[in-house]
Amino acid sequence: MNIGVLALQGAFIEHEKVLDKLGVDYTELRQKSDLDTKLDGIILPGGESTVQGKLLRELDMFENIKEQIEDGLPVLATCAGMILLAKDIEDDDTKHLSTLPITVKRNAYGRQLGSFYTESDYEGLGEIPMTFIRAPFVAEAKPEVDVTAVVNDNIVGVEYKNQIAISFHPELDESTKIHERFLKMCESPTVAQA
Amino acid sequence: MNKRYELNKELAQMLKGGVIMDVTTPEQAKIAQEAGACAVMALERIPADIRAAGGVSRMSDPKMIKGIQEAVSIPVMAKCRIGHFAEAQVLEAIEIDYIDESEVLSPADDVYHINKRDFKVPFVCGAKDLGEALRRINEGASMIRTKGEPGTGDIVQAVRHMRMMNSAIRKLTSLREDELFEAAKQYQVPYELVEYVHENGKLPVVNFAAGGVATPADAALMMQLGAEGVFVGSGIFKSGNPAKRAAAIVKAVTNYTDAKLIAELSEDLGEAMVGINEQEIALLMAERGK
Repeated sequence: MNIGVLALQGAFIEHEKVLDKLGVDYTELRQKSDLDTKLDGIILPGGESTVQGKLLRELDMFENIKEQIEDGLPVLATCAGMILLAKDIEDDDTKHLSTLPITVKRNAYGRQLGSFYTESDYEGLGEIPMTFIRAPFVAEAKPEVDVTAVVNDNIVGVEYKNQIAISFHPELDESTKIHERFLKMCESPTVAQA
Repeated sequence: MNKRYELNKELAQMLKGGVIMDVTTPEQAKIAQEAGACAVMALERIPADIRAAGGVSRMSDPKMIKGIQEAVSIPVMAKCRIGHFAEAQVLEAIEIDYIDESEVLSPADDVYHINKRDFKVPFVCGAKDLGEALRRINEGASMIRTKGEPGTGDIVQAVRHMRMMNSAIRKLTSLREDELFEAAKQYQVPYELVEYVHENGKLPVVNFAAGGVATPADAALMMQLGAEGVFVGSGIFKSGNPAKRAAAIVKAVTNYTDAKLIAELSEDLGEAMVGINEQEIALLMAERGK
């Protein structure tokens, strides 16, 4: 198995360390030629979505990744990654990959003083650690989207076909449950889409 | 470990692989964000102008900082003077995302740095070598940057500081465990910090390059020397075409080993900031605060 880790900006090394721990191979995606490798899944890490979205386009990776996700490539998107996947961004006309029918609210908890840690339920995984760093949350999810985590009445985790999008950062905490769930999807992507 | 401190270190992790740009107006902040900055540093005068103007340099007007906070969605940082914890309290009160306790401003205290453990907002501090970096971390800094020599457009000091730090880290990893106590004594920091570096081969916080970065190749040089991201101060808005230069430096940081791409990025950037060599300057900001 080979997982692509988008490595344009942000906390991608932290995801790679989790994959190392789970014994999974990965490829860093920094430019178009990196997408020539066959991928079984892709991780969109935390960071700044404005930077990542811009570089995706300017380094000519945008269409390729969008098509692969639309064709069923499993994707795990954390924080900024969730913003890249969202169909709509609240109070902002910017559109990125737009493969996930949700409206996301950026910096939903305010500035850095609003960043927090908690432990909460994730559908099917039980209670897991959740670290929110200047995080977004889902302002609205279309009915076909499965809501998998809610913290303080705000949606912070969703799944839709081959896509997992969460506001928090599992790569920063000890639990590898979210990554394992994603990797299971990568092993049998068609099941995930059914 | 204090959870707030963890969250503050983690914000710095999100900035990695990115470029933090000095801006003096909301318009510049927008240009920086559109060019791909992962954060901006709000300040009244960029270091090159501070250097040219001379005199005492202080924290910026909070109103000006708030204007920049409203103009962009990326994190906003601001500088306070070394040791000036009241300026830091002001910056915390306006909910700044990161405080830079900076040698670019005139130091307010020639002995003590701010006790950064007292604050909820994170701090980044400059360091010339491993000892300075660990002392700042012990005081509560959750991010480190090289000092370089701000406002010069001369990369030599940032290179020197990054090399010194990383060579000291490599040395520490090779020590016997019973030699670490002496190392802690020399660096004037608790044993636990020295032990962390010995075991992990890196600082316990993110480490950026700063001071004198003016071109895409400068940024690539610092990344190849081990920086986890780059601050660009005067280099952007003192140049001929700030938007283009800023965007080029952002791409150079992402693909810092791709010389072919960096060659393309370096074309037609217009005039770089003029810059001054370290031998030509009277004031070495990097010597402030050890």
